[in-house]
Amino acid sequence: MSDADSVTTPPSPPPAKPPWHDLARGRVARPGEWLVEKGIFAVSLTAIVMILLIFVFVGREALPILLGQADSAAARVQRILPPEDVDRMTPSELRAALGLSRRKFAARSLEEQKAALKEIYAVRAEADRNGAEAIPDKDSEVNTVGWRYLIRPHQWTGYSRPEFIWQPVSQIQKFNVVPLLVGSLKVTLVAVLFALPLALGAALYVSQFASRRLRAWIKPAIEMLAGIPSVVLGFFALFVLAAALESVFAFQSRLNAFVAGIALGVAIIPVIFALAEEALSAVPRGYLEGALAVGASRWQAAWGVALPAAWPGVFAAVVLGFGRALGETMIVLMASGNAAILSWSLFDSSRTVTATIAAELGEVVFGGHHYRVLFLLGTLVLAVSFVANLVADGVMNRLRRRLASSS
Amino acid sequence: MPTTDLSNPSAATRRSPSGEADAPNHPLIEIERLSLCYGQMRALQNITLNIPERLVTAFIGPSGCGKSTLLRCLNRLNDLVENARIEGTVRIGGCDIYGPGVDVIELRKRVGMVFQKANPFPKSIYENVAYGLRLRGMRARGIVDEIVERSLRSAALWDEVKDRLHASALGLSGGQQQRLCIARAIATRPEILLMDEPASALDPVATSKIEDLILALKQEFTLVMVTHNMQQAARISDYTAFLNQGELIEFNTTSQLFTNPSRRQTEDYVTGRFG
Amino acid sequence: MLTALATGLIVAMLALILGHVTVHGWSVVTWGFLSSGAEEGLFTAGRSGIFPMLFGTAARVILMTLLVIPAGVITAVYLNEYAPASGRLTRWVRGAVNHLAGVPSIVFGLFGLGFFIGFVGAGLDDWLRPGAIQPYWAAEGLLWASATLAVMTLPVVVAATEEALRAVPAGLREASLALGATRLQTLVRIVLPHSRSGILTGSILAVGRAAGEVVPLLFTGAALYVSGLPGSLNDKFMDLAYHVWVLCTQSPDIDQTKPLLYGAVLVLLGLTLSLNLVAIMIRARISRGPQGTP
Repeated sequence: MSDADSVTTPPSPPPAKPPWHDLARGRVARPGEWLVEKGIFAVSLTAIVMILLIFVFVGREALPILLGQADSAAARVQRILPPEDVDRMTPSELRAALGLSRRKFAARSLEEQKAALKEIYAVRAEADRNGAEAIPDKDSEVNTVGWRYLIRPHQWTGYSRPEFIWQPVSQIQKFNVVPLLVGSLKVTLVAVLFALPLALGAALYVSQFASRRLRAWIKPAIEMLAGIPSVVLGFFALFVLAAALESVFAFQSRLNAFVAGIALGVAIIPVIFALAEEALSAVPRGYLEGALAVGASRWQAAWGVALPAAWPGVFAAVVLGFGRALGETMIVLMASGNAAILSWSLFDSSRTVTATIAAELGEVVFGGHHYRVLFLLGTLVLAVSFVANLVADGVMNRLRRRLASSS
Repeated sequence: MPTTDLSNPSAATRRSPSGEADAPNHPLIEIERLSLCYGQMRALQNITLNIPERLVTAFIGPSGCGKSTLLRCLNRLNDLVENARIEGTVRIGGCDIYGPGVDVIELRKRVGMVFQKANPFPKSIYENVAYGLRLRGMRARGIVDEIVERSLRSAALWDEVKDRLHASALGLSGGQQQRLCIARAIATRPEILLMDEPASALDPVATSKIEDLILALKQEFTLVMVTHNMQQAARISDYTAFLNQGELIEFNTTSQLFTNPSRRQTEDYVTGRFG
Repeated sequence: MLTALATGLIVAMLALILGHVTVHGWSVVTWGFLSSGAEEGLFTAGRSGIFPMLFGTAARVILMTLLVIPAGVITAVYLNEYAPASGRLTRWVRGAVNHLAGVPSIVFGLFGLGFFIGFVGAGLDDWLRPGAIQPYWAAEGLLWASATLAVMTLPVVVAATEEALRAVPAGLREASLALGATRLQTLVRIVLPHSRSGILTGSILAVGRAAGEVVPLLFTGAALYVSGLPGSLNDKFMDLAYHVWVLCTQSPDIDQTKPLLYGAVLVLLGLTLSLNLVAIMIRARISRGPQGTP
């Protein structure tokens, strides 16, 4: 045996082995290793830190309104101080009164800044004296960012009855969010109702009926659908879908909640499909074989056995799809028409929460009331999608465990 | 309960099989009252066992009896299992390897291991063998070349691969891969070599090559191997430990254990009545 | 069969969108279109191209990749290689990654504005340039847009990397450790090389997702028009996806703009879908041929 020959070649004399007790001389210090491992740990916290920062920095801007501390009426009246008071101000008070960042504030001397503030107050007082002689407008005494005016109807001057008005760019800014909420709800509802049957049907087909070969093509195709940028879907809705649907339904307004909803539905089909398909595929084969063995058709087995077993997954898919639809921006911004009118009709032009933020944030005063209301809307969107995620996640995890244990 | 008289080191030496009887083989590894739990499950119970130097010791027993777990205690590979808890002591050369101040990395450098399933790295044959050397910071081309060749020769693989040292190790057959893993393990000259069913996934020809190899390696290494194959244990080991359900049933020279077992359970197992 | 019909409809939608855009955009996408700028009018077909937009998109995406790949890969490494599987912190990190994936893009836009520009940028200005009136870092620009996108795509990279790390056979890790390698050595020499293609998939998916995204850019750096290419990290930039939106909604004469629009959409769609396709193909190859397991 040639192997045996080569094995017996005498090894070079073994080096003297250190005694085994050397092992217990303490851990070898590997400072580089230690440092890198701590670094890995630190970086892995990025996701947690970012989630917290998102909540903090989006919520922070909305906080004064959330807590009811912002007051648009008070801001109008009370911020006029006599010159002596301005002289007594500390630098930080002065900076707050001027509404300047630290950087801009530092750019001029303290005396210059005080003079500037006095002048502002003088101009404002003058304006108020003139205003008092003009028509007294009871609207100007209303705190339009109070909770009551954000969510309940109010009869503004010139209106014949209490109404929900979103009109942030006007003499008296009106921030009633109800029309936006209704707009979001309408569009989202259309999207889910459109996407659910299609996505669920496809999920049933792929998980129960399709051959392995076909499945290998369909799943990537639907993934590709998810890869279409929403601005492209928005463009498509705007130029193709709107015209096509208009010729069928003869809308009043070409762009409306229905058009946007359908386009949004296309965007969330992959989301619903992915979860529903995962849940349906996880149904143990034994369930189906049991049904087929007692004479059910494949369709009956899919509909009567697989679907009920995967039901929580379908529920999770709908919840997640709802969350995604509510948070989607580009499609609704481009295809919903963007009129902030309160209407339950699907065929009226409407405006959603997200589209409002996207369209208006570019033009607001940094730190002003409009700015804060938009951040409040953002906080709302964040909270809703967070809860939707939480629910979908929890349901899916429970389902995975249950199906895994019963298979 | 373990057969305490046999785990006594002097007894073990005296009972060496005839061929080695005059070579005094000290117990290199002393396992004392070792227990191991995975969470609530007890995998090893109160095992006491002495493994002699430069001989082949085999662990046999039905699957799930804890023989692999015991083997993995000897290079502390069980440390990787999150909820494993260990009691008792394992001393190698008199040093408690679970004691405070023991560096696991240093331990593993001196206790090599070959696994049940051949697991070459997806690198070249050369780089597989050189892996351990590179870990020790060995860079000099000539020395590395020499050690790689010597290790491959010792593993009886050199002639088959010398022309394609830089081809991927994954292109080798199962038996060759396993011998490569042995070459990889001995390249860094550990003193102890642990083998976890090294031939279980191989065909008879490859198995016999590995067995020849083990017999040859005995001159240089202390070998501890797990096997489910009793004939294999009988052919190549000097000492055999029989484990069942996490307990050490019997430990003795291989010839004694197979021809004249002192316990009923051992007899049933080696004669094929259960397991 | 109803379910087959539903499936067919979905695939047909994909085909319809792709076909429509290709048919209308094909003749527009010429070398001149791809290589010229928009100096001669943003909205007039035949005279302006999309080179600065392509450049801006590439710049923001590359910058984002530099930020997100290390963070995402290291997070996945921690979760898969170091973290105790049942630990509370591990669950939190996983949960945070999941939730990050579900945060709507508009919120990322607000976050980029509130945190990167309003907080980090302002802090940098206070610290590095006290006394300057013009904000330098506390303004919209390339860096903040990329950073915002990096936070957004972090889950994509983490998920793909984790999948790849899980596919590394446990035997390889054990073999390396049994040879006396430390965990870090095992990671660097065995585990990461073995997961290369998974990490690549993650990066490509992240790039594909980010390239088509507009909303986070609205408040963090994209501009309707700037002359010249962005030259520094705080420059505002033109961007392809943003440009599509601009052409759709800001054009004074939409019929004049339409060919341009189709061209831009075709390029954007081609870019994002081919990235997705490549990622899908790599992933299919990984799952079909586990080249590391003997």
